Amino acid sequence: MTATAVAVEPAGRAKSRPSLARNRRWALGTSYVFLVLFAIFFLTPPYYMIVTSFKSDAEVAHMATNPWIIANGVTLDQYKLLFTQTDFLIYFRNTAIVTICVVVITMVVSILAAFSLGRMKFWGSGILATGIFLTYLVPDTLLFIPLFQIVRGLGLLNSYWSLVLVYPTLTVPFCTWIMIGYFQSIPKELDEAALIDGAGHMQMLLKIFIPVALPGIIAATIFAFTVSWAAFVYPLAFLYSSDQQVLTVGTVTSLIRADVYKWGMLMAGALVAAAPPLVIYAFLMDYYIAGLTAGATKG
Amino acid sequence: MAEIAHRGWQPSSALARRRPVAHGLARLARRRSTIAFLMCLPLIVIVAGLVIYPACYAIVLSTLNKSQTRFVGLGNFTFLLSRDVFWMVVWQSAIFALSAVFFKALIGLITAHLVNNLPSRGQRKWRGMLLVPWVIPLALSTLGWWWLFDPTHSAFNWIIRAFGGTDIPWLSDPFWARFSVILVNIWYGAPFFLIMYLAALKSVPEQLYEAAAIDGANAWQRFVHITLPMMRNIIAITVLFSLIVTFANFDIVQIMTAGGPRNMTHVFATYAFLLGIRSGDIPLGASVSLFMLPILAISAVFILRGVRKRARDIA
Repeated sequence: MTATAVAVEPAGRAKSRPSLARNRRWALGTSYVFLVLFAIFFLTPPYYMIVTSFKSDAEVAHMATNPWIIANGVTLDQYKLLFTQTDFLIYFRNTAIVTICVVVITMVVSILAAFSLGRMKFWGSGILATGIFLTYLVPDTLLFIPLFQIVRGLGLLNSYWSLVLVYPTLTVPFCTWIMIGYFQSIPKELDEAALIDGAGHMQMLLKIFIPVALPGIIAATIFAFTVSWAAFVYPLAFLYSSDQQVLTVGTVTSLIRADVYKWGMLMAGALVAAAPPLVIYAFLMDYYIAGLTAGATKG
Repeated sequence: MAEIAHRGWQPSSALARRRPVAHGLARLARRRSTIAFLMCLPLIVIVAGLVIYPACYAIVLSTLNKSQTRFVGLGNFTFLLSRDVFWMVVWQSAIFALSAVFFKALIGLITAHLVNNLPSRGQRKWRGMLLVPWVIPLALSTLGWWWLFDPTHSAFNWIIRAFGGTDIPWLSDPFWARFSVILVNIWYGAPFFLIMYLAALKSVPEQLYEAAAIDGANAWQRFVHITLPMMRNIIAITVLFSLIVTFANFDIVQIMTAGGPRNMTHVFATYAFLLGIRSGDIPLGASVSLFMLPILAISAVFILRGVRKRARDIA
């Protein structure tokens, strides 16, 4: 944008410059106004969740005061209740176990496959790469019924290990896809050099490709983490007892026990459950976005 | 990187001392493709065992009766097609997906332009803020929306009442329930379009805009004649991709309305869940979810074409 202004300058310095600057100021002002409106739309639910989670039950229930602010004092009761009176921590542990296993499986499988598809090429590798992209487009809601039967056949119904089994179908295709892109962007000379040097394929992968493609690996890891943390339809279909339940389904279904919804505690649960992805994204947002957009803009 | 390259090249002078080159290369090629295939094997096993096999299994399941003991051919499909509820699901899925994707793309495009207009220092902060809906696991943010729409405690209704209006029955009236689930989907999905379009906007060469500015093009002309043509492909890819994801969406409807009131908000995924898992008629549920397949296949073909074209354009 600044480049545009500079480029125009020599053409009509005296006449166009002040109006250009005014136009820009005006455009910037309108941009901010609209951005604030969109930000309000996007941030209203999280804001309201935070506000509710710090209220007392009485204030939530009676609605005597403005619901958008905490009128009767901040309280941590809802969080205390969440951690001591419910199975929330069990859900949290289960989700953590499942997510860590899925991330490890995903990264091992997709790095190996991407290295092979992106750099080594074998008979049918082109078709396979396309097939993987198509697999990524198959949604979980198309497969959960046959997978329910398969999981039941394997005796894994109502066990969170069933999720470790099926989540890679959600994560592996896309992670492989973005890793292929990253591996392909590495200069060919590097692996030729390594081959001449006498390095095996594994050495080449570990010593050259993984360090060089680290941004891509970080993006893929975050993707796998986010997806397995947030998945909903599989646990809802496969799990029913509280000791096996994961965060998403546990918070949405099991925390709702009594006839009266304890909204303060529910919101506290939803916020704590959403915290790990939010924290990761706050620190690694740039890697994640670079990885996601590379898949569409480059590949 | 330079260091690796340097170390790699060092012993290349030793190449001359090696055994006959042709023989070594042939062996290398043979070994190479075998190793490459073995490296892909875990992926192939996962895709074949947990995507292709279940997809075929779904087709088999859809031809069985409820207790899965008898082959009924297309019986489940004809049964569904004869039911009014199913047609309502078809229409609702179409309305849900098309309107949500349209507004997601529109809001994404607008916000991407707005963010792109800012000085580069502020862009990151705004982008981070606008991405929040997309980072919170959808099931959990939907719970927050549900609470905002709560019949007796709705915070939206509180505002409406403060302005002298009457309560809106967000989730119990068919129109408003449909409106609400679409609104939540737009809220959740628009940031995805924002980041895609923002990345695409940054890849449009600055010289094009400079040339247009010299020619005296105004902002709208620059948008129509430069930005849109340059972004056409990425817009097509994201819209089709989002169409698939939105069509297959489950979380929002399941949590907020569970299909109600009177099955008015069911989409394919939630209706399949109701029939297949909740009511235990797995073949019928599988049949419902298979109806998603044609739409997905068509979108997938076009996406693939777009992605390939894009790859060619860049190369």
